[in-house]
Amino acid sequence: MHAIVEYISSYLQSNQTPGAAGNFVWATIYILLVFVGLSIAVICMNWLERKILAHMQVRLGPMRVGPHGLLQPIADALKLLLKEDIIPAEADATVFWIAPFIVVLAAFTVFVVVPFGPTHAITDMNIGILFMLGVSSLAVLGIVTAGWASNSHYPLIGALRSSAQMVSYEVAMGLAVVSAIMMTSANAEGTGTLSMIGIVQAQLEQHEWFLFKYFPLGIVAFGIFAIAMVAETNRAPFDLPEAESELTAGFHTEYSGFRWSLFFLAEYSAMIAVSSIAVTLWLGGWLRPFPNALTGPTWDLVFSLFPGLTFLFLAALCFYSTVRMPKHPLFRIQTMGLAGFGVVLALIAAILFWGPARVRVQDIYWFSAKVAGFMYLYIWYRGTFPRYRFDQLMKVGWKVLLPTGLALLILTAIVGMRTEILSMFQEGLR
Amino acid sequence: MTDPRTLSPFDLDTPEKTYLDANELVINMGPQHPATHGVLRVILRLDGEKVLGLECVIGYLHRGVEKIAENRTYTMFNPYVDRMDYVAAVSNGLGYCEAVEKLLSVEAPPRAQYIRVILTELNRIASHQLWLGTHALDIGAITPLFYTFRDREEILKIFEKYCGARLTTHAFRIGGLQYEAYDGFEEDVRKFCKFVKPKIDEYEELLTTNRIWLERTKGVGVISGKDCIALGVTGPVLRASGVKWDIRKALPYANYKNFDFEIPTGQNGDTYDRYIVRMIEMRQSLRIIEQAVEGIPEGPIMAKVPKVMKPPVGEVYHSIEAPKGELGYFIVSDGSTQPYRVRVRPPSFVNLQALDLMCRDQLVADVIAVIGTLDIVLGEVDR
Repeated sequence: MHAIVEYISSYLQSNQTPGAAGNFVWATIYILLVFVGLSIAVICMNWLERKILAHMQVRLGPMRVGPHGLLQPIADALKLLLKEDIIPAEADATVFWIAPFIVVLAAFTVFVVVPFGPTHAITDMNIGILFMLGVSSLAVLGIVTAGWASNSHYPLIGALRSSAQMVSYEVAMGLAVVSAIMMTSANAEGTGTLSMIGIVQAQLEQHEWFLFKYFPLGIVAFGIFAIAMVAETNRAPFDLPEAESELTAGFHTEYSGFRWSLFFLAEYSAMIAVSSIAVTLWLGGWLRPFPNALTGPTWDLVFSLFPGLTFLFLAALCFYSTVRMPKHPLFRIQTMGLAGFGVVLALIAAILFWGPARVRVQDIYWFSAKVAGFMYLYIWYRGTFPRYRFDQLMKVGWKVLLPTGLALLILTAIVGMRTEILSMFQEGLR
Repeated sequence: MTDPRTLSPFDLDTPEKTYLDANELVINMGPQHPATHGVLRVILRLDGEKVLGLECVIGYLHRGVEKIAENRTYTMFNPYVDRMDYVAAVSNGLGYCEAVEKLLSVEAPPRAQYIRVILTELNRIASHQLWLGTHALDIGAITPLFYTFRDREEILKIFEKYCGARLTTHAFRIGGLQYEAYDGFEEDVRKFCKFVKPKIDEYEELLTTNRIWLERTKGVGVISGKDCIALGVTGPVLRASGVKWDIRKALPYANYKNFDFEIPTGQNGDTYDRYIVRMIEMRQSLRIIEQAVEGIPEGPIMAKVPKVMKPPVGEVYHSIEAPKGELGYFIVSDGSTQPYRVRVRPPSFVNLQALDLMCRDQLVADVIAVIGTLDIVLGEVDR
């Protein structure tokens, strides 16, 4: 008994991730936390996407289930679970059954190395970013098998489009990533790293986000990645595989109910996954703004108040909406529910203002805030852009992003090695 | 070897083979499909994503409107025409009423003419707004749809206030109007003109210079003016191909000759030009409405028309410029209270014929764009 407690508590003193420390109990706890957190994030995204998109489009979005439609994602999830599970008669049942699981597995497994903080990751791999890119590209396998196994025209075209798109954008994406990895080696020892945690720490040591490093190379690399990641996750304006107006629903046309919801879940967690790559590589991961410039206890305090303030703001929004709810007996329960939700948010805010908690959630808060910014961008794109045509999409990928990525790679190498190159020149002149 | 372009999609020699065996794919688009604007069925013959040919199958919404006409009196048939192009019901009514008036040799009084023009042009704007919203939605821009529907609502409100109906209005009667314009009608129309002008700019802001929109529409679904004329294509599609043909100017009906407006034309005959032409048309319609609302004369709204209409034996063809093109009514009278035959020349039906020509050698995504740009309404295609 004592040994078990010892085993569990021993991790608390270490400053490593549970995976790296080899503590399986804590690793399991972290896995569960990440899984639950991710599911909650997907549910929130579902509601937020509908609401934000609706407000961009001069409508209200869900308003019926719960106050301001807050319970709509839960109602939808229930509906999907209760729906009849249909496997088309002509479909290849086994493959049809497996496909969504491949997609979901790929989408969730990448979170093993996502660093929410210096110790808040399931594990830290020395090939972290490579692992992420590799596993996330397995998703295309699931999409292709889904389209193929459906044995139907629209899914087949959707799957083919999707595989072509994901494969070609992965190249540009990889080039941008390599450029960021090269930047990690711009230190005294000249040692780069592929570890996700190492990349963020390199940004801390070099006193700048890689977004601004070697201006404008960092921004260009980030731009390439930001475009490629939208294509990689099949979102507007690159949502050809599921282009609703052309292919009804693309590769998941034949899927319904729970299987369909798995695709949905995978799409959203893939969005979060690629956004966290972008945040880690270019936007300083879990680092708060100006970690080197604005130091000292005062600034620490100011920045550590942000998580609490965010929840306080959300709670205030809830209370404001509560006051504005219609004063009709029919809305009594909804009004009470909304007020209750506001109280819960306010309580969370209070906890987050409490000293020890305030410091602990810092990393997670800043990481999530940056990812949330990307999520908003995704929704914004969807509300603004028309859809690319397939050949145009390929043109953008191969004729624009790829050459830019290659040039970027060479330029980054030259700029990174400039002292060595200069000394070589001087050597030669002498 | 036969040229694949001359083959019909039905000619694929091994229809039993699945797509796994064949290089060519035959796909049924519709009748239930989000982008066919109703129940149009398009049989596509594809090589990968390239369209080798296509065939339209229509008739899923056939209600036999023309046959119904033979069993109804002239007045009784009037509401039925609203159900053809249901997004431009007022234009349909105008065409039918004027055709029967021509047969009876009566003319609607000037006040009725003015109100008719105002309502018809409002309806043209409403129809174009619906076209823009759905067309942009097909190309993937989902937001313009909600903007256009928001503004179309204002037009429908005016219709509702005028005659009680929003969609199938039955606004006009043979010989004039049944209802006098309600109090504040002119004020409402003026207010609407002022309201909608910046809104049209707003739509253009979202699309006209959008790079993706340009790439998706420029050079897509090109049709030459010659081909248009050969196929009988009319309306904005014809004008975008550079042919300046608008029945409002060419064969003026109602009192369009009193108004000052321009006919926009394009040069390339592609989807982008058709988009621009329709956007300008909306602005020109506003111009007509503004002139008409300033000049509404006082007077009666109904000409002297017999209670029981028995037009003299004979036939008449009368066409108007509906939002989608030339809408013609050919009516044969045998001297009884019911028409002997009514034949409608619907613009959507004729324009749809150009689909195959416009989509050859383009991609699947372009078929959607072209169906959208042709602005078809299946109620009118199938009648």
